Amino acid sequence: MTINRRQFMQGATAASALATVPSVAMGADTIKFGSILDTSGIFEAYGKPMEKAHRLAIDEINAAGGLLGKKIEMIPYDTQSKMALYTQYARRMTRKDKVDVIHGGILSASREAIRPSLRKAKTLYFYNTTYEGGVCDRNVFCVGTTPAQQSAILVPEAIKRWGKKIYVLAADYNYGQITTNWIKHYAKEAGGEVIQADYFPLNVSDFGSTIAKIQKAKPDMICAVLVGLAHLSFYRQWAAAGMKKKIPIATTTMSSGNEHKILTPSEGDGIVVCQSFSPQADFPSNKAFLAAWKKKFGHTNDIHEIAASSYDGVRLWAEGVKKAGTLDRMKVIQALESGISYTGPTGKVTIDGKTHHVTHDMHLIEVKNQTLTIAKSYSQIPPSDTQRVCDLEKNPNDTKQYEIKI
Amino acid sequence: MDLAAVVVYEVLYTIAFLALISAGLAVVFGMMRVINLAHGEFVLLGGYAAIVSHNTLGIDIFVSMLVIAPLVVAAFGVVAERLIIRFLYGRLINTMLATWGLSLAMIGGFTLIFGPTTTSIKAPIGGFAVGDYSLSGYTIFIIASAIGVILLIFGVLKYTRAGLIARGAMQSADMASAFGYDTSKVYMVTFAAGSALTGLAGGVLAPLVGIGPTAGLLYIAKAFITVISGGASVVSGLIASSGFFGIVSQLVTFATNSVIGEIGLLVAAVILLRLLPTGISGRFFRNRL
Repeated sequence: MTINRRQFMQGATAASALATVPSVAMGADTIKFGSILDTSGIFEAYGKPMEKAHRLAIDEINAAGGLLGKKIEMIPYDTQSKMALYTQYARRMTRKDKVDVIHGGILSASREAIRPSLRKAKTLYFYNTTYEGGVCDRNVFCVGTTPAQQSAILVPEAIKRWGKKIYVLAADYNYGQITTNWIKHYAKEAGGEVIQADYFPLNVSDFGSTIAKIQKAKPDMICAVLVGLAHLSFYRQWAAAGMKKKIPIATTTMSSGNEHKILTPSEGDGIVVCQSFSPQADFPSNKAFLAAWKKKFGHTNDIHEIAASSYDGVRLWAEGVKKAGTLDRMKVIQALESGISYTGPTGKVTIDGKTHHVTHDMHLIEVKNQTLTIAKSYSQIPPSDTQRVCDLEKNPNDTKQYEIKI
Repeated sequence: MDLAAVVVYEVLYTIAFLALISAGLAVVFGMMRVINLAHGEFVLLGGYAAIVSHNTLGIDIFVSMLVIAPLVVAAFGVVAERLIIRFLYGRLINTMLATWGLSLAMIGGFTLIFGPTTTSIKAPIGGFAVGDYSLSGYTIFIIASAIGVILLIFGVLKYTRAGLIARGAMQSADMASAFGYDTSKVYMVTFAAGSALTGLAGGVLAPLVGIGPTAGLLYIAKAFITVISGGASVVSGLIASSGFFGIVSQLVTFATNSVIGEIGLLVAAVILLRLLPTGISGRFFRNRL
C-alpha cells in the first residue's frame, strides 16, 4: 500500500484537528449559554427543574460532540424570585460574560424586565415558559404554550362537560389578567360565559369569603389561573368546604409547579388541565427524556411542563445553530425562522417563523391520585393567538406584546 | 338569610385566625417586649411538626396538631431563648436583628429538609351545609381552638401562681428577683409558653393553608399588626384587635374582593394607631389582662 503526498496531508490534518478537540473543550473557546432562572425563593419549585433541564440538554449535546465543534458552557444565574435581579444579571451576562444566548425567565414580569435590554444588547433570548401569548419580537423565541394551545382546548372541553357559566380565579399580574381575557374569549366562542373574574395578589392564602361568593354566584365550573404556593390553599379550602363534588375545576396552571403532587388525592382528583407534557405519555422521545433525566438526577418526580419546554428550548436553539453553521445572531435567527423542529419530551415542536412561537402537541389531562392521566390528545396545535396579531416577516422591527381586547 | 349566616361564619373564622397566629406573639411581644421577627417561621415549625408526626410517624391528627406541634415549638423556643434571645433582653434593635437572622436560617433549614414546595395534611373534618351554601366544618374547629387558646392564656395568667409570677417578673424584674424568683427562668418559661401557642397555631392551620418554607411572611405582618393594635393587655387587647380587624377585612372582602379586603385591614390599622397610639387596650381596658 502506497501513500501519496496528498493522502498523507489529508490524514495529518484530520489527526491534528482531532488532537485539538480536547483543548477546545477546556479552553476559552466555548459557546456561552446564559441561564437565568429563579432557583431559590417562592418560585423555586418552578425554576429548579428548569435549570436541571438546561443542564441535561447541554450535557447531552456536549457528550455528542458539542455544537460547531465547540463545547457549550453553561453560565447560570439565580434570580432568587426577585424581579429586580433579572435586569442586573441580564446586564452582567451581556456585558461581562458576553454570552451567545440566554434562556430563562419564569414569570411574565421577569421576561418583560429583560426583553428590551437583551434586544438592545443583540443577545438572542429564549423564553420557555407557558405564558399569556402575544410577544412579537424578532430577538425572542417563546417555546412555552400559549392560550390558543391551552385555554382554547380547555375551555370548550370544560363547557361541553360541565355547562356554560364560568367563574375565573386568577393571579393578579399580567399573566393572570391576560389569560383571563383569553378565557372570556374562548368561552364566548364555545357558547359559554365568564360570569365573574376575581384577581388575587400572589400572597393571598385565605379563600373563605371567595368560596362563599362563588356559591352565591352558582357557576357551572371554576377556571383557576392561580400561581404559586400561597394560592394552592384555594384547592385545600375548596375541598374542606365540601365543594369538590358540587362544582368542578379546570385550571391553566396546576402541575406547572407539580401542584398535583403536593395536594392530597382527595383535594386534587378530578381537576382538569391542558398541557403539552405528561410523564405518563409513553411515546419513545418522552421515554428517552425521562430515562436520561432519571440517570442524571436520580428520580423524575420534579419534572413539570415548563422543565420539559426548557429542554425543548435548548434543543431547538442547538438545531438552529447547527443549521446556521455559525453563532452569528442574525444567521441563527434566520435558521430558526426557517421552521426548525425537534422531537422531545412533549412530542414534535416546530418553530413558527412569523411569530417565533412554537407548535405543540397538547393533552387534556385529569388529575387522578396525584398523577396526570391523559384523557385526550391534540396533535400539532399552532400558536394561533399570537399568529392573529404578529407577523415578524412583514414587521421585523416589531417589539410589542399584543393583548387580546375584550 | 343563608348568606348572612355565611358572612358571620367567615368573619368569625378570620377573627379566630388572627387571634391564633397572634396569641404567641402577644405573650412574647406584649409581655416580654421581645420583637420576634422569626414568629412566622415559628408558626411554620408548628405546621411542619404536625405534618411530619401525622404523615410520617402516623400519629393521630388531633394529637399531632394539639400536642406535638406546641411541644416541638416550645422546645425550639427554649433553645432559641437560651442561645440567642436571653442575651438581648431590653435591646430592641439587636433582638430584631438576631431574630431576623434566625428567621432566615429557619427558612433555609426548612428548604433543606422539606424542599421548596408546600406540604399539607388533609383536613380531618368534612364540610356541612347551611341552606344552599356548603361550609368547611374544620373552620369550627379553628374557631374553637382560638377560644380555647384565649381562655387558656386568661386562666393561667389570672388564676395560677405561675401566671402571677410571670406578670410580676415582666412588670418589675428587679422586684421579682428580690422576692427570690429566678427571673431568667421565668423569662425562659414565658418564651417557651409563647412559642407553644405559636406552634399550636401552625399545627391547626396546616390543613387549611399548607406549609412551605417561605409561607411565614403570610403571618408575621398580620400578627404584629394585631398585637400592636391590641396594646399592652394580652387577653383583652388580643380579643379586641382581632375582632376589629376580622370584621373590617371580611366585610370589605365580601363587599369587594380580597385585595381591597387586605387594604381595608391595613388602612384600619393605620387609622386605629393614629387615634389610639397605645393600642385598643391602652385606652379601653386599662390595667386588665
